[in-house]
Amino acid sequence: MLRVEARTTLGAFALDAALEVPAGSCLALAGPSGAGKSTLLRIAAGLMRPQRGRVTCGDDVWLDTATGRQVAPELRACGYVFQDYALFGHMAVWQNVAYGLRGLARAERRRRAEELLARFGIAQLADERPRTLSGGERQRVALARALAPKPRVLLLDEPLSALDARTRASASRELAGVLRDTGVPALLVTHDFTEAAVLGDRVAVIDAGQIVQEGTAGELAAAPGSSFIADFTGAVVLTGVARPGPGADEVTVVDLDGGGVATSTDRGSGAVALSVHPWEISLEPAGARGEGSAQNHLDAEVVTVTRVANRVRVALAAPQPLVAEITGAAVGELHLAPGVRVTATWKATATRLVSL
Amino acid sequence: MTRGRWFAPSLVVALAAALTFLTLPVVAIFVRTSPANLLGALDDPGVLDALWLSLRTTLIAVAIIVVVGTPAAYLLATRTFRGHALVVTLVELPLVLPPAVAGVGLLAALGPGGIAGGAIEDAGLRLVFETAGVVVALTFVAAPFFIRGAQAAFGAVDRSWLEASRTLGAGEARTFLRVAIPAAAPGMLAGLALAWGRAVGEFGATLIFAGSFRGRTQTAPLAIYERLGTDFDAALALSAVLVAIAGALLLSAKLLGVRGVARAAR
Repeated sequence: MLRVEARTTLGAFALDAALEVPAGSCLALAGPSGAGKSTLLRIAAGLMRPQRGRVTCGDDVWLDTATGRQVAPELRACGYVFQDYALFGHMAVWQNVAYGLRGLARAERRRRAEELLARFGIAQLADERPRTLSGGERQRVALARALAPKPRVLLLDEPLSALDARTRASASRELAGVLRDTGVPALLVTHDFTEAAVLGDRVAVIDAGQIVQEGTAGELAAAPGSSFIADFTGAVVLTGVARPGPGADEVTVVDLDGGGVATSTDRGSGAVALSVHPWEISLEPAGARGEGSAQNHLDAEVVTVTRVANRVRVALAAPQPLVAEITGAAVGELHLAPGVRVTATWKATATRLVSL
Repeated sequence: MTRGRWFAPSLVVALAAALTFLTLPVVAIFVRTSPANLLGALDDPGVLDALWLSLRTTLIAVAIIVVVGTPAAYLLATRTFRGHALVVTLVELPLVLPPAVAGVGLLAALGPGGIAGGAIEDAGLRLVFETAGVVVALTFVAAPFFIRGAQAAFGAVDRSWLEASRTLGAGEARTFLRVAIPAAAPGMLAGLALAWGRAVGEFGATLIFAGSFRGRTQTAPLAIYERLGTDFDAALALSAVLVAIAGALLLSAKLLGVRGVARAAR
């Protein structure tokens, strides 16, 4: 269990946040840039000292400003993946990975580094210099280097943001696997809610130095505590398997996991993630297959109705959870309340596909 | 078209004038007398003594500068503290100090009657008119060149490299040795080349603080000055050797600087 509590001011910026990450679980700290995400991560690693705060890992106290206790970063055993990966340019890849392995003979350090590189499928890069690697390769080296000394905590600062869109999907899947396997608390910083939802068991949204809401990604999307979180949570994501649609339109039909189909004007095949914004989804009485132009209809049951500023978020239970955002007037007309059955409707042109 | 026609040619003329003026003396050293005369003059034991003394004293000075200057530059590059700018300015002061002033200052500080002279005498050290005094003068004038270069080189090292090293279990000292110094090495070597070049050419401070005694404090530039009136060929020969050394040092500083910048840009 990693616990971080910190209060500090940096000029006009004030950070006041507390969080807990149980062993074997990943907390995604999500928020816009300048919200204080990285600052919290640096405080956890001991790279920065807050004016007041306490950091503990299991029974060890790493920082307690009340007693003046402060453990140096090198004694905390934090695996830290930096935003730009911070690979040492003057060392070969294997030397980067072996850097944190101490008290071993050179041959043994090299063997262990190569073992880790092999686990990430990049054993052939052991003797390369970091500058010759692609973004995805650098990310794997950074991850291998952070994991090499068997850290007690994993801290990841925007681990996917330096990657291009194509590499990001595969790197994200790989990272999710690593986070599952390590068994240590992981704290991941991201400005992208979808990334937070995919990689974090729980998501804490931070804004202007304060954690404004924490929960599973589904909880946050379904019942955002503020309009900021509603905007930040962004699109509903459904998964399924894509196949070419009938007819000459070249639309893609996705058989959704758990049942139901959806249509998208994006191309795609195989396993895909389908995303649609809550404000693109409209609700109709159950069973309606409206006269409108929308191609997608899913039957669902209302779970919660949450007012957020001047709009209303409606969380829906369907084979995969959905969120619609509608006006207060529409809630009244449809008599929406938990348990009411409705049909969720949206256009194929508002449906984005991403290959998994 | 007609309006701008004079401008580009005038730039070329200015550069040509500057280049001629700046290289003519260097060229003259090599063409004023025959190569055979130059080599013959190098046989003079006094000339060889001066070169040998220059080599020894500059190497010792540069070694002292690197050993003390590297950690000092690292501190200046990685920490901010009250009075940081003032400390940097004070360290750079010898760059703009006239060498004669440096010599007088060293006498006033470390000479027999100087403010720290007593302590030095008590320690059994003699600097004035001694080889050790030459090393002191060279260190004084050349150190800022290295410290400036090393500070800039350390400042250019990605801060996250140092932090990554810490999170990987390396303490501050290990981070300094294993990450900061290797990463800053090209810039440090460029600074070292400039410092060495300045030390090799040192004249005024050495003359005032250590004097000009053959074999003991007469470095190559002092030997050139002494032979000007009596043996111009020997002065030319020594000058030619110093030009070659200075050229080699400048070239290596340039190459290392370019490599360092290119590396930092990647």
